[in-house]
Amino acid sequence: MESDIHHPVADNPADNPADNPADNPADDLAPEAHGHHRADGAIADFGIDTTAQSTWEAVRDYGSRLRAGDLGSLPAVLGLAALVIVFWVLSEGFMTLDNTANLLAQGAGKMVIAMGLVFVLLLGEIDLSAGTASGVCAAVMAMHYVRAGNLLGGMGTTVFAVFLGGLIAAVGLALLMRIWAGAVLAAVAIAIALSGAAPNPWLEMLLAISVGAAIGVLTGFLVSKIGMPSFVVTLALFITWQGVILQFIGEGGVFGIGTQPVLFSVANGNMSVTGGWVLCAVAVLGYALVVLGEHVSRLNRGLVTSPTPIVLAKVIGVAVVAVPATYALTVNRSTNDSVVIRGVPYVVPIVLVLLVAGTYVLNRTRYGRHVYAVGGNAEAARRAGINVSRVRASVFVVASATAALGAIVYSSKVGSVDPQAGGLNTLLFAVGAAVIGGTSLFGGRGKVFHAVVGGLVLAVVENGLGLLKQPAAVVNIVTGLVLLLAATVDALSRRRAAVGR
Amino acid sequence: MSEPILELTGLNKSFGPVHVLHDVDFTVRAGEVTALVGDNGAGKSTLVKCVAGIHSMDSGSVSFNGERVGISGPGDAARLGIEVVYQDLALADNLDIVQNMFLGRERGSGWLLDEAAMEQAARETLASLSVRTVKSVRTLVSALSGGQRQTVAIAKSVLWESKVVLLDEPTAALGVAQTRQVLDLVRRLAQQGLGVVLISHNMADVFSVADRISTLYLGRMVADVATRDVTHAQVVELITAGRSGDLGLARPENATV
Repeated sequence: MESDIHHPVADNPADNPADNPADNPADDLAPEAHGHHRADGAIADFGIDTTAQSTWEAVRDYGSRLRAGDLGSLPAVLGLAALVIVFWVLSEGFMTLDNTANLLAQGAGKMVIAMGLVFVLLLGEIDLSAGTASGVCAAVMAMHYVRAGNLLGGMGTTVFAVFLGGLIAAVGLALLMRIWAGAVLAAVAIAIALSGAAPNPWLEMLLAISVGAAIGVLTGFLVSKIGMPSFVVTLALFITWQGVILQFIGEGGVFGIGTQPVLFSVANGNMSVTGGWVLCAVAVLGYALVVLGEHVSRLNRGLVTSPTPIVLAKVIGVAVVAVPATYALTVNRSTNDSVVIRGVPYVVPIVLVLLVAGTYVLNRTRYGRHVYAVGGNAEAARRAGINVSRVRASVFVVASATAALGAIVYSSKVGSVDPQAGGLNTLLFAVGAAVIGGTSLFGGRGKVFHAVVGGLVLAVVENGLGLLKQPAAVVNIVTGLVLLLAATVDALSRRRAAVGR
Repeated sequence: MSEPILELTGLNKSFGPVHVLHDVDFTVRAGEVTALVGDNGAGKSTLVKCVAGIHSMDSGSVSFNGERVGISGPGDAARLGIEVVYQDLALADNLDIVQNMFLGRERGSGWLLDEAAMEQAARETLASLSVRTVKSVRTLVSALSGGQRQTVAIAKSVLWESKVVLLDEPTAALGVAQTRQVLDLVRRLAQQGLGVVLISHNMADVFSVADRISTLYLGRMVADVATRDVTHAQVVELITAGRSGDLGLARPENATV
């Protein structure tokens, strides 16, 4: 290996003035000309084994990637910072401890739904039904609590039979498509529904997620096996699920779940102060261990690595954000002297766990690799022996099951489930969050992290404008424009990337 | 001349009423580059797809390493070590070189991919093919030039201890310098002992790398000759008319088309 490294660092200064797109107007629209020059002109000079970059090279590489249209979450992070500053200046109430904690809980439900939708968007598909599907899950969960575990009584015989039939069909279809997790979860939902088990908050949450998975199996089957465009399938299901929620809850009805301590605490409860610091330590140290451990092992084995200073900067950056945030959230933020509200809200660990799990699945597992491959080039994936239709169906299961989790969070926040649960603009906010964060609507590019950043942007807009006493009209218009801006950035960066090629 | 590694005898293939391949015999030898030439519609692609298991054969036999085998699907071809590099390359733009080379055959367990092993193996393969045009194996394919993409696609096909590699028009979309690099790479594949089939319309490419030239004319194999025994003009005649002097179809009046 060593002998193949032809002093990459030494070669670069001589090479780069000509290659740097910024220095050469003709190359400006074609950043990949970079590669052409090298391929044609400097073949003998470059081994393939340039494994280490200097920090400066890495920064410049990032710059050229940005110019090539690969913006990632940068616009969203900058936008978030700008929004926070604007609202901080304009509204006294915005940057208070009370409001920030509240903002997290407000945004968490849609953020969680968006995290699941990233999987669907990665394939260039869309799931318009994720919002109302999550509402169905919330309704079933709440009905189980309100009717003391008697879903048959809650739904009526006919509806219950149809409900069971749907779940059984989901098991069958999941087995047919070999999506084992979907089959198991749908079977769990059948078991809970038939057993009439006494209300138990954990069982109810499991029921919601299982129903979500079953719904995802149906959507996935219609899209990948029947071959209908996901837009049409999920538009139809969007309306269908809205009707189902109404059927379950009844016109003008409402299921209160605020009286169940666990269900209520999901979005309204806080961790103990010690728990918050433990979470902070686990998150920061865990991140440091994983990132640094991998970095050192790659360095030792002579693999491609980012420069050490950048890796260290990332780890320190996470610590610099996490420690003060944890401290702020453990201070008493109650506006009333007689009550003490302190501690990290439970939604923070929920979002963090989902973020870690989703990132792990997409980056480290074979399944995640196949999701990216199908999103990037379905034909290439098919020829590589990947079961494309199975992957295509499975992302809908992931999205719907995650949407059910989101439903648990937003239902907990308001303490009840009504026929509008998951309706209105829930779904569009969730898709918006993923897109604003930098996930491409065209497939192939995106991360679960994008949903978190985008979700924060939307939560800040909603919360900040609310504090400024702006009417709903203004909130909706601004939110829509933010989304439009994000979609524009996505489309333009994609076009730029295509031109560069 | 080495022993044939892949030998097709009496291959027939029809699509409905259209008889695309007539009793085609085709031989690939290890360590040699066999050019497969023919005009548009002569049946080159169909022949390749039959070998790759994408199309089934109506009749005919296949022997691999002297043993008679059946190829009834892409999986069979892959197990025998037959790899095809299609014209559109089938690379995912949003993945890097290593990820593309191992796509569908990732190393490590399903729950934790062994990135280190894959990266090292990819680098070794590229190094063994003397590929020096790629700066880092972690470059995204979207950032590669056409020649580099072709290189990655070819390197991908040899990663699997393959025995026979079929290349469909690998230089069609490339510039002069990149064509040279890809042809050098094709030559190195043969030097490594693989049987290489090169489909090309470009006679200059064919004459610069091929050891043998097999010519298809309207679904018939009209000639299988050593490159050094024929001239450029003869091959063009074989492609366009099916015969050239003593080569090709015996006499026009006897040929039934």
